[in-house]
Amino acid sequence: MNTTTPTNQTNGKRYEVWVANRTNFYVGVAGLVILVVLVVFPFFGGTPWTRRLVDFFALLALAQFWNLMLGYAGLISVGQQGFIGIGSYALWLFADMLGIHPFISVIFAAIGGAIIALPAAALVFKLKGGYLAIGTWVIAEILRLIVANIKRTGGGSGITIQAASKLGTEVRVPGSYWWALGAAIIAIGCTYFLLRSRTGLGLKAMRDNDLAAESVGVNLWRAKLYTYIIAGAGCAMVGAIVAIHLLRVQPAAAFSVNWTGYLIFISVIGGVGTIEGPIIGTLIYFVLRETTAKYGEWYFIVLGILAIIVTVWTPAGIYGYVIRKTGFYLFPLQRKVRLVAEGKRRRRRAALREGTAS
Amino acid sequence: MDWINAAVQGILLGGLYALFAVGLSLVFGTMRLVNLAHGDLTILPAYVALMLVNALMFNPFYSIPITMVILFIVGYLLQRGLLNFVVGRGDIAGVIVTFGISMVIQNGLLLGFTANSQGLDAGRVENLSIKINERLAVGWLPLIIFLMSIVVITALQVYMGRTKMGRAFRAVSDDQEAARLMGINTKHIWAVAMGVSLLIVTIGGVMMGIRTTFDPLLGSQRLIFAFEAVIIGGMGSAWGTLLGGIILGVAQTLGAQAFGSAWSILVGHLVFVIILAFRPQGFLAKTVTA
Repeated sequence: MNTTTPTNQTNGKRYEVWVANRTNFYVGVAGLVILVVLVVFPFFGGTPWTRRLVDFFALLALAQFWNLMLGYAGLISVGQQGFIGIGSYALWLFADMLGIHPFISVIFAAIGGAIIALPAAALVFKLKGGYLAIGTWVIAEILRLIVANIKRTGGGSGITIQAASKLGTEVRVPGSYWWALGAAIIAIGCTYFLLRSRTGLGLKAMRDNDLAAESVGVNLWRAKLYTYIIAGAGCAMVGAIVAIHLLRVQPAAAFSVNWTGYLIFISVIGGVGTIEGPIIGTLIYFVLRETTAKYGEWYFIVLGILAIIVTVWTPAGIYGYVIRKTGFYLFPLQRKVRLVAEGKRRRRRAALREGTAS
Repeated sequence: MDWINAAVQGILLGGLYALFAVGLSLVFGTMRLVNLAHGDLTILPAYVALMLVNALMFNPFYSIPITMVILFIVGYLLQRGLLNFVVGRGDIAGVIVTFGISMVIQNGLLLGFTANSQGLDAGRVENLSIKINERLAVGWLPLIIFLMSIVVITALQVYMGRTKMGRAFRAVSDDQEAARLMGINTKHIWAVAMGVSLLIVTIGGVMMGIRTTFDPLLGSQRLIFAFEAVIIGGMGSAWGTLLGGIILGVAQTLGAQAFGSAWSILVGHLVFVIILAFRPQGFLAKTVTA
């Protein structure tokens, strides 16, 4: 885990660039343990909690994809519900119409999301900033209206996914749980590896200053396109999982702009532009949902007000605050430079490596 | 003749969309803020007028000036108390905060008035129309709304071009720092711009409330129509916005005529998408980039 690169020497001082440290290693081990527990959770957790965690991981995955677009490519979308809805209906299409197993149809739904994201990107990228955001909303509305006007899909009243209800609770609940967990891991993995790559460095440069990034050779358009397509495919995948989970798809719910409300809340509260932020945000969102969702409209008013307050007064969110205080990243993405101390211990270790230890 | 009738209705509808769009465009022009709560802020005045009408028992037309004053104050305070903190901090903060405001307004209205449709009853005017022949009639109310939009856009052009305040608006829009050095209080200017935006929107919002019914969930649709009118017309051009509104309105009514009313809005969106694809700068753009 100690991913350091060879040291460089300038003016007699030695530097090295490092990404992860020893704490990250221990956290990684703990993370693996937690992951194993989560994977086997359906065997001992009971159906109600497993179902709740499906919601949790589905939202976490969506938030990660949304955050990938905003935090790293500066793309602000208020239209991801379009891809979520299309994913849900794509699942119905592949599972019920074409007879493919629902759990495999999820993959096709993701591919469908990517295919739709391509022309959608070509359109909305003609707009900038806030207007781009409304552009993504228009795309979502177009998709919703098309689906709601097709008679085969049951129009506004929606449809029941027959193939998914035939699976039976004992297969469907753990199955959708593993898919949701998988989606969250894919979302985190995508974000992590995309940002550790060359493209990711370009994306971060673009977020910080797009003109400067372009002038040093970052292909803005392509980088934005990649994140938009990944997010489109990801949201469609989650939409398909949600459809299996809920058994029923309705245009008003599947294409609801409330999805965007949740994603904005989760990312903003947790911290935009970090992988850890949406995890914290989703946890907070769930606590709020379990306690205040029964108050209906008040619940949305609280979500809205909290998102406003955090954006105006602590734009970095909760995790941003933690980083400022401790400088600790759970998922190390930052390349840091440090002076290499010419201490006794280091010399001994170097000697050990060369096999000349005394 | 049905088609001509549909086109005429579309043109008149376009005037209404232009009223919504001008407000959106004014705010963007002065402070580069895209207000995602704009749609909900077109619904809010209809409810304010409804409360006034219910409390004072008079014709909704009389409520328009009072509602305009109230919404101007709401806009001024919203900008001064909250939105000024995000102006100039990039697009993202603006989008998130205004989306949050949109959530608050929409759900606040749902709490106060439920999701049921409401209407403002203005009496006979609602049904009066000028009959041109058997199958072509122009309603007085849609015509009044259309004429109002022309009056409002003209007035706004004069205000921006001829008055001291208008000059300050344009100065702040061009170069915030330089305007501030010249002694312009940008915070005040932004707040006035938001106030004026809501004042304009009130005219459209209340008129629309008289013409048809409204409910708290219509906000997002209104925002999208206003946005489409701005983009089709070309950013920064007030008359372009009217043209954009008319193109969108005609697309919707002709779409309804051709495929049935369920397709009307979708046809409008598709026409917008085609124009965005082939003429992203709009028809009468003054500025080159968004």
